[in-house]
Amino acid sequence: MIEFILNDRKIRTDKPSGLPLLDFIRYEQSLTGTKIGCREGDCGACNVLVGHLQDGQMKYLPITSCLTPIGNVQGKQVVTVEGLNMEDLSPVQQYMVDEAGTQCGFCTVGFIVSLTGYCLSHSTPDYKAAIAAIDGNICRCTGYKSIERAARHITNALAGKDTRETVDWLVERKFIPPYFKEIPNMLQTIGAENGGQKNGVLVGGGTDLYVQKHDQLLDREVDLVANHPNWRFITIKNGVCTLGGATTVTDVQESDALQTLFPRLTQHLKLVASSPIRNISTLAGNFVNASPIGDLTAFFLALNAKIELTEDDKSRTIFLKDFYKGYKDLDKTKGENITAISFIIPPANSHFNLEKVSKRIHLDIASVNTAAQIIVESGVIADAHISAGGVGPTPIYLKDTCAFLMGKPLTPELIRAAIDVLQSEISPISDVRGSENYKRLLLRQLFYAHFIKLFPNQISLEVLA
Amino acid sequence: MKNIDSKGHVTGKSIYLDDIPTIQGTLYGVVFGSPVAHGHIDAVDYSKALAMPGVIRIITHKDIPGENQIGGIIPDEPLFATNEVHFQGQPIALIIAESDHLASEARKCIELKISEKEIIVDPRVAQQKGELIQPPRTFALGDTEKAWAKCVHVFQGKADTNGQEHLYIETQGAYAVPMENGNIRISSSTQGPTAVQRTTAWVLGVGMHKIEVDVVRLGGGFGGKEDQATPWAVMAALGAQLLNKPIKVVLNRMDDMRMTGKRHPYSSDYKIGLSEDLKIIAYEATFFQNAGAAADLSPAVMERTLFHATNAYFVPNVQVTAYSCKTNLPPNTAFRGFGGPQGMFVIESALAHAAHELNVPTYVLQKKNLLKNGDEFPYGQIAADVGLQHIWSDMESKFDIQAVEKRIRAFNANHSDQKKGFSLMPVTFGISFTKTPMNQARALVHIYSDGSVGVSTGAVEMGQGVNTKMLQIAAQMFSLDPERVKLESTNTTRVANTSPSAASATSDLNGKALQKACNALLERLKQSAADHFGVSPGDIELKNEQVYSQGKATSMSWNQLVDMAFLQRICLTENGHYATPIINFDKTKEKGHPFAYHVHGLALTEVSIDCIRGVYEFDAVKIVHDFGKTMNPSVDIGQIEGGLVQGIGWMTMEELNYDNQGRLRSNSLSAYKIPDIYSVPKEVLIEALETDGNDMAILKSKAVGEPPLMYGIGAYFAIENAIRAFNPSFISTFDAPFTHEKVLLALYNHYGILENSKTGIRSSLSGNADVRIAQ
Ligand SMILES: Cc1cc2nc3c(=O)[nH]c(=O)nc-3n(C[C@H](O)[C@H](O)[C@H](O)COP(=O)(O)OP(=O)(O)OC[C@H]3O[C@@H](n4cnc5c(N)ncnc54)[C@H](O)[C@@H]3O)c2cc1C
Ligand code: FES
Ligand code: FES
Repeated sequence: MIEFILNDRKIRTDKPSGLPLLDFIRYEQSLTGTKIGCREGDCGACNVLVGHLQDGQMKYLPITSCLTPIGNVQGKQVVTVEGLNMEDLSPVQQYMVDEAGTQCGFCTVGFIVSLTGYCLSHSTPDYKAAIAAIDGNICRCTGYKSIERAARHITNALAGKDTRETVDWLVERKFIPPYFKEIPNMLQTIGAENGGQKNGVLVGGGTDLYVQKHDQLLDREVDLVANHPNWRFITIKNGVCTLGGATTVTDVQESDALQTLFPRLTQHLKLVASSPIRNISTLAGNFVNASPIGDLTAFFLALNAKIELTEDDKSRTIFLKDFYKGYKDLDKTKGENITAISFIIPPANSHFNLEKVSKRIHLDIASVNTAAQIIVESGVIADAHISAGGVGPTPIYLKDTCAFLMGKPLTPELIRAAIDVLQSEISPISDVRGSENYKRLLLRQLFYAHFIKLFPNQISLEVLA
Repeated sequence: MKNIDSKGHVTGKSIYLDDIPTIQGTLYGVVFGSPVAHGHIDAVDYSKALAMPGVIRIITHKDIPGENQIGGIIPDEPLFATNEVHFQGQPIALIIAESDHLASEARKCIELKISEKEIIVDPRVAQQKGELIQPPRTFALGDTEKAWAKCVHVFQGKADTNGQEHLYIETQGAYAVPMENGNIRISSSTQGPTAVQRTTAWVLGVGMHKIEVDVVRLGGGFGGKEDQATPWAVMAALGAQLLNKPIKVVLNRMDDMRMTGKRHPYSSDYKIGLSEDLKIIAYEATFFQNAGAAADLSPAVMERTLFHATNAYFVPNVQVTAYSCKTNLPPNTAFRGFGGPQGMFVIESALAHAAHELNVPTYVLQKKNLLKNGDEFPYGQIAADVGLQHIWSDMESKFDIQAVEKRIRAFNANHSDQKKGFSLMPVTFGISFTKTPMNQARALVHIYSDGSVGVSTGAVEMGQGVNTKMLQIAAQMFSLDPERVKLESTNTTRVANTSPSAASATSDLNGKALQKACNALLERLKQSAADHFGVSPGDIELKNEQVYSQGKATSMSWNQLVDMAFLQRICLTENGHYATPIINFDKTKEKGHPFAYHVHGLALTEVSIDCIRGVYEFDAVKIVHDFGKTMNPSVDIGQIEGGLVQGIGWMTMEELNYDNQGRLRSNSLSAYKIPDIYSVPKEVLIEALETDGNDMAILKSKAVGEPPLMYGIGAYFAIENAIRAFNPSFISTFDAPFTHEKVLLALYNHYGILENSKTGIRSSLSGNADVRIAQ
């Protein structure tokens, strides 16, 4: 039995935990406001809000319902557009009408849901955050300018928002219906554990699995990472940062500790998928999917991270770079799960950077990505960990390039000379994300970009060219 | 007035095809398509699929009672393949099961033996092999042969544009319900309800009167549902006929992308000749249109390429020829602009080429050669109501082209790893279906006895706001509160024999028909009021639901007038019919007056390139546009912004990628990217040209659907301009889209660093190693 609240109604269903939430909403509950555009997380037409209690407050996050197994909303509230409708239009709806932010309307509900999620966030209203909230919503009709104008009005209408008692504030101003105030009480009557079976496929956020094989999961019970609450944490102890395998990208993004360690973290993670995807996708999912262009994989490879693999009560720890043996071939038994990721906190004089280029800058899979952690002491490269994705059958830790750089003075000549080594340890192929030539050239450029960005006083495009 | 659907849209209450409540017993169809691009079907074994639980039936060509034919212009496309398949994804059968999921599972169990045949994906290869959809056509003016001698400068080259996926967010779909006596009612997400009706009748072997097609609205169309919504509707109807059950066929995204045609890729050759003072003396072009495996709308699309080959310029000597080339891709089809953009890209490339060689800014050539009133188009129509000079001077006064150029030059001088560029893109686009008989429409208006009004037209609402415009017309003419007017769904039993909602002409045609219907009703009502007040009908006016006689309000309301007329047995229903006057075209001479009028405009595009990474963003697009007298600024501005961004997408990130087996690799939203909110120009400024409007346009409000797409072409040339600031030796390839990949390769093509690397690879501009179909 899976129990959750759908808008203002308690749901108890014996549907298999693997059924996509989208199908449940549209076809079991006949709430047809939520649309299907792609079933692969790439359009946002199916976005819904998922709310849960955190420190006594409701926290709402937009997610893509097409990729979310229904088991993952156990004990939570799911909000669809039907649950936002009131007698009059909400300000979000009204501004979208006033600014003609809707043409054919097929994408519109997704935008309304995401923008309402922005209103519900416990942070100070900010136009940029409004736009970030719709980074996973695609519209083919409007060209977005009218939606931008609506987002501006909405942000203005949120001036003075109470960032603690946000729900009350929004209810009072008719952004959301009054029943929202009752949800915390209702949620208390539902447990967080669901009936997902331990013998099914292990699903994290589902953002890889449901894209690839939703047809094989929709009538099955699945084993949900959500049922392992102890797999989701971030701690820093004795100079080591440890993250649970089920930590989501959003968890990483919102972690104060990690933001302090990586000042550009928000910019970097903004390049990964979209906010509704980041809200559910897990680190372990990214590693195990073993896609050569996994951005989080590139990120943690450059931190020379280790992963903890656990089966029943047996655990072992290996370097992430040793996890990848070949194309989709992992050093992992079938029963092993990634329970944790850890890395030594880089020293204060270390520099970190992530670069990614794709066909579209946001919400796209990289043509090539790379991350670098570099320490320079008295002008000499004391330590370097550099990764690259999209240039071989697996995410690559560029060990030869790193070795080549170590102990040498940081000069433009060195960086240029490193290109030959770099080119010799990659093997890109031509595919839909670019030709081999392009990927080689691009990795060179992104390799340059690390140094241009991290050491602007010594390195510039001009001196490299 | 805001789009009348917008309230429904923001509350999720608007109903699209897949939202129609299903009738109990509804079955679901999934299409089984060819896995190869060209082959002979040796055997198909459906037995395993049929044995799956929940599978009801598999329908193939053998089950068709009528004709196995869906070709609209040329009968060359079967609904289901018989022995041969000609493109990957070509429908072979429809699997009908109790659920979509079961049908999809069954599809995996179909065993197909197929002998693969040689495939063609390149239109030039097709042309060489004589694989043409129809004979080539040529438009000519003056005598280019003689004119070359008079040219001081002559340039020639090649210009290619790739196709474009429509990516309407709502995929294709239809729902067919059997009615009594063998009648079938089809709900379809189509721009062309009549095409669906006609084709279904043909395939089912029944009269059109047995088939009713109803369309509430589309979740986007852009041309992709003009002809290509038909097969799915026909399949659903065929299933309904055979099984006497409601059948729903909704394509999933991957099937949709794989099985449907797109904007035509073109490969073209150009030759342009200029005088000493940079006037274009002669222009020749040959267009190789990649039509795909069947005609679909390709002949009409090809024709519009010829019509718009000289874009907004006057050229005294023109010879342009187009080949519609048959390849093993899904049949390509209508897409906003309909061949026009492909033609315009080529002359813009020719001008950019000439400007570069002559070392003058391209805009100098563009400005010098703009069309004027009285100039002759290559197809014989004389330009009138042009205003391009006026548009250009508005652009100069409002957005100061020279200042932009200066600012960009200064920026580039001060930045080594970022460069800016700009371009101008004038557009002249003809309004009307180029096939004259299609320029007709009807509207049916009921005034109900309580004074409320129902309007039916042949127009299909797909976000372009046509229903809003229709409602405005009716409410305005009757002087009624818009709340009292309802726009009915588009239905073939209310309005028959319609043209598809396309060619930007929908509002003009249907609006004028609606005006006629309203006028006839008004005349009768005024006569009735005049009789009542003992005045002449000319003395009667209707204002705010009140009857006025000789300028003074009477005690009679609209409701009372309607009630009185009804009791007097006056007909309160009218069917208006409109056929665009004047227009004509003689295909034997390729001359005539095919367009009711033209829409003109000019866009200034500014771009910034990150020269380290080869990525770019658009700083601004500034547009001066000829709306005529816009009847709905909110809808029309939305069309400009949306069209522009779609055009930019086509020119930049949207890259169709077929492998050399004719298989679509960019077959999902993760592999085919359209603009997201971060990739649109930071600033879009739109100025309306001050003009009196054109009487051929509805309420003098010019058509606005397609023209703005072509402003997006400016994006390509702005990027080129910026690249050259970084890499002066860059040689133009005129090969759209300008992806990040091509930009990076272009920035560094002369650096040679890669040649030195151990791996010995060289950077080149060839793009992907595999066949890219535009070439
Ligand atoms: C629209 C869209 C955009 C995307 N963009 C990006 C992007 O920009 N960059 C990027 O890197 N990725 C991107 N992805 C891919 C995906 O989001 C990530 O790889 C994500 O981190 C996967 O996590 P998940 O929890 O959703 O994985 P799931 O789909 O739940 O699982 C993936 C695999 O990991 C296994 N697994 C999950 N958890 C564990 C565990 N704890 N131990 C062992 N095995 C486990 C599952 O069994 C499965 O085999 C995108 C995906 C989508 C749909
Ligand atoms: S349907 Fe497109 S993101 Fe879910
Ligand atoms: S309004 Fe049509 S897709 Fe956004």
